[in-house]
Amino acid sequence: MAAAEAGGAARYFTRWYKADVKGRPCEDFCVLQHSNRRICVITLAEAHPLLQSGKTIESVNYQISANCSRLQNKVSGKSKRVRASQFLTELAPLCRISSSDGEEYTIYSCIRGRLIEVNENILSNPAILQEKPSTEGYIAVVLPKFEESKSITEGLLTQKEYEEVLLKRHNSSSQS
Amino acid sequence: QHAAWLLVKQEMGKLGLSLAKDDVVQLKEAYKWVIHPQLSEELGVPADGKSLFEVSVVFAHPETDEECHFLATACPDCFKPAKNKQSVFTRMAVIKALEKIKEEDFLKHFPCPPSSPKNLCVALEIQCNNGAVFVAGRYNKYSRNLPQTPWIIDGERKLESSVEELISEHLMAEFKADSFNFSSSGREDVDVRTLGSGRPFAVELVNPRRIHFTAEEMKGLQQTINNSSDKIQVRDLQLVTREAIGRMKEGEEEKTKTYSALIWTDKTIQKEDIAFLDDIKELKLDQKTPLRVLHRRPLAVRCRIIHTMRSEYIDEHHFRLHLKTQAGTYIKEFVHGDFGRTKPNIGSLLNRTADILELDVESVDIDWPPALGN
Repeated sequence: MAAAEAGGAARYFTRWYKADVKGRPCEDFCVLQHSNRRICVITLAEAHPLLQSGKTIESVNYQISANCSRLQNKVSGKSKRVRASQFLTELAPLCRISSSDGEEYTIYSCIRGRLIEVNENILSNPAILQEKPSTEGYIAVVLPKFEESKSITEGLLTQKEYEEVLLKRHNSSSQS
Repeated sequence: QHAAWLLVKQEMGKLGLSLAKDDVVQLKEAYKWVIHPQLSEELGVPADGKSLFEVSVVFAHPETDEECHFLATACPDCFKPAKNKQSVFTRMAVIKALEKIKEEDFLKHFPCPPSSPKNLCVALEIQCNNGAVFVAGRYNKYSRNLPQTPWIIDGERKLESSVEELISEHLMAEFKADSFNFSSSGREDVDVRTLGSGRPFAVELVNPRRIHFTAEEMKGLQQTINNSSDKIQVRDLQLVTREAIGRMKEGEEEKTKTYSALIWTDKTIQKEDIAFLDDIKELKLDQKTPLRVLHRRPLAVRCRIIHTMRSEYIDEHHFRLHLKTQAGTYIKEFVHGDFGRTKPNIGSLLNRTADILELDVESVDIDWPPALGN
């Protein structure tokens, strides 16, 4: 459970969720919002198919399209403020992950904001995405616009609301 | 100035000598040579060009203001109206134009020496100002609930007081200053204590009305600050020069710091599991800008060194770690790993999940300001 990872670096983050993104069942994501209310870390939520037992990740690809690679999102270190070249909307794809059983999954930003960095560790070590999805296996870091830092969570579910979604799924699947 | 330079160039040229612009005495320096003795005689006091007490008199002379306007006709592209400027004749614009304009054209409009002014100038205002003085010292911070600077969000103060206010308020009162600027050799988080001999700081007191204090009086002032709060304490309080501040800022980049961290681990540990940390020397870290400050700092990777470590086993889930590190090392991130963005980290070294429960600064290894032994 993600709670095991709650100590340490994750302590100052609030968990928000987006479920069944793009209508695809159980493709849930978790947005960790830092208490400074700006920085957000995008991760997989525990119900995501990639985190279920038996799934092996074959490849992680940050090349979204012919012209766009999230890896090339360069941020200048010289200016005093964070500047990223890619601005994301909620359904902007961050990366595509394929598993050994032939399935392909797209990870979405879930919030509007500037892409700060993608996690290159999961390129070299995809297993970490499954071992520690809520910390070291994060997908990306996104910084919403200052004016939007409160409103971005309006389209997201709280921890409690997400748990209710999970409960509903469980109940409906045990009925069928 | 430009006209004088051209004249000197001309005259020197006749003598076969060539000079650079910097070789010519600045007109304002020459003016000071002339006017200081005259003022001195008139007012009956010695004149000091670099005194701490400054009297500024603002004069208006429209003729002089318009002096440079001919440049706009000669070099119109240098003078573009900008939103925030009162006049289009800014210093930068005029300098640019002077570089462009041909000498002959310039001298046509502005001969050297210039013609006598037709009107006197008018004094508009007189202001007296005291030069800033600087007070330095070292502070200890004993509270885990005190920010260094006031913490105000959306006009609302989030935490009461701050290190800088607790120190500077008393200085402001004694020196009768208008305002202050607090700086220190690095800083610590709200929840971190500063122990040992403390962290060097300097306070600039702006427009102080009183600047002469004996060593005894400074000691008394130090005592007053220390009696007023148990959250902070100061030592080695003394007056210093502006130049001395540079030394303090040097320390920020170069000197080492030592810390004590209380660490928690998820999986159990035995004494043997952490003993190896003591043997690690000059550990190189790659630290990406911590997530907690990414909203106000640029993304970068810092290479920092942990010189030595010493562990103290407490129980199966806790130990204390003493570290000596390079300046600028993020200790909290070294312990919890910051989502794997600081590598290596305590978690990766111990193969567990680690968290930092408490952090203290044990020493800031810079020997400034001079210790006063009080």
